[in-house]
Amino acid sequence: MSTSSIRTLPGLAALAAGLMGFALFLAFFVAPEAAIEGVRQRIFYIHVPIALTAYFCFGLGAWKALLLLWRGDERYDLESYVAIHQGTIFGALTLITGSIWARTSWGVWWAWDEDQLVLFLVLFLFYCAYFMLRFSLEEGPRRARSSAVYGLFGVVLIPVSFLAVRLAENLIHPTVFTRDGPQMTGVMFATFCIAWAALTLLAYVLYRVELAGKRIDANLRELREVLG
Amino acid sequence: MTYLTDVAALTRKDLRVELRARDTLPAMLLFVLSTLVVFHFALPEGTGDNAAYGLLWVAIVFTALLGLARAWVPEQEHGVLDGLVLAPSDRSAIWLGKTLATLAFLVAAQVVALPAFVVFFAPLDLTALAGVLLADIGICAVGSLMAAMAAASRSREVLLPLLVLPLAIPLIVGGVGAAISPEGERYLLLLALYDGVFAVLSWASFEYVVTE
Repeated sequence: MSTSSIRTLPGLAALAAGLMGFALFLAFFVAPEAAIEGVRQRIFYIHVPIALTAYFCFGLGAWKALLLLWRGDERYDLESYVAIHQGTIFGALTLITGSIWARTSWGVWWAWDEDQLVLFLVLFLFYCAYFMLRFSLEEGPRRARSSAVYGLFGVVLIPVSFLAVRLAENLIHPTVFTRDGPQMTGVMFATFCIAWAALTLLAYVLYRVELAGKRIDANLRELREVLG
Repeated sequence: MTYLTDVAALTRKDLRVELRARDTLPAMLLFVLSTLVVFHFALPEGTGDNAAYGLLWVAIVFTALLGLARAWVPEQEHGVLDGLVLAPSDRSAIWLGKTLATLAFLVAAQVVALPAFVVFFAPLDLTALAGVLLADIGICAVGSLMAAMAAASRSREVLLPLLVLPLAIPLIVGGVGAAISPEGERYLLLLALYDGVFAVLSWASFEYVVTE
């Protein structure tokens, strides 16, 4: 990463923090109380954007993995790994916030008939195995390619697992988005979109920071080897 | 045509190695039968057939994992894989050959295990059997690629189940659904979709995990 793109990072980070604060303010003080669920429903503005951000990170990781296999450029390996790392963190947060929502809404910490939550559990296990694979292979082009192939399997697994989980479970998940468009008022929808944008930006900033850190680390190691 | 000849030759090689060494198939057979006996004692009295179908799928997946763990051992031990990768044939043929050989072992183990299941526990209808066959194809296709990745790692025996189990969850949903649901055909469709998608993906990506 060039120094100029590192310089934009503090600005981006400040923007992400500001937007995140604004989204939280909207979610807690501006958005109207949901008719049935009341205050508990406000976790929706955090939980769903986190889940969407996790998908975004997994997708980004798979895209970088595809580029690695396609072009054979080593730098995509680190990018793919860092994106999947972010995705796994956001996936864990989805599980935690989803579990809290299930507790407050249905009185249980875990509901197997909650499709999205089960899907995230499967994905979480899958991407944990990604790290196991990555850390038990010798560093080199073969590790990069094996990780990339496994990362690609992940994005294919998402729709197939979703279908499987849908078939396996009953539907009691509150369907907020239907074919007739979102069942929300304008303010609620705006709050949701801002929270989504804030979390996506936050994930992107974290991705860039970790990538920059890992690159500096790699450069430093190379320099140490040269200096002996 | 040469592609198919290569695949046939590779599959034949695996079957012949197995016929001479008898490393894998007897182990799979004994494992699946012991598992069924263990299940008899693990299931409390009056649990019903549905639980037995679920446990059958646990047995099938773990038997497949046992076979897959052995799949690349002959290649690893004598440096055969390097030779195969250097051979003037498409590398995906190596994957297809291995998948077919593993599938043959798994089906052979089930030829004994499924009748035993029917005798010990509950009947299986045609939809359930179709589900077993489709799931076998899926787990062998994905598993032989994952086993090749795991074989190159430091912790191969430990890694393989971790890699395969999350990927096998849709197969288990499909298999159990085909066995117990009145609308079993929908689950067969899911299994067929899984097989198609993941077989193509494994076929296309095998080359990347075996070349240095």
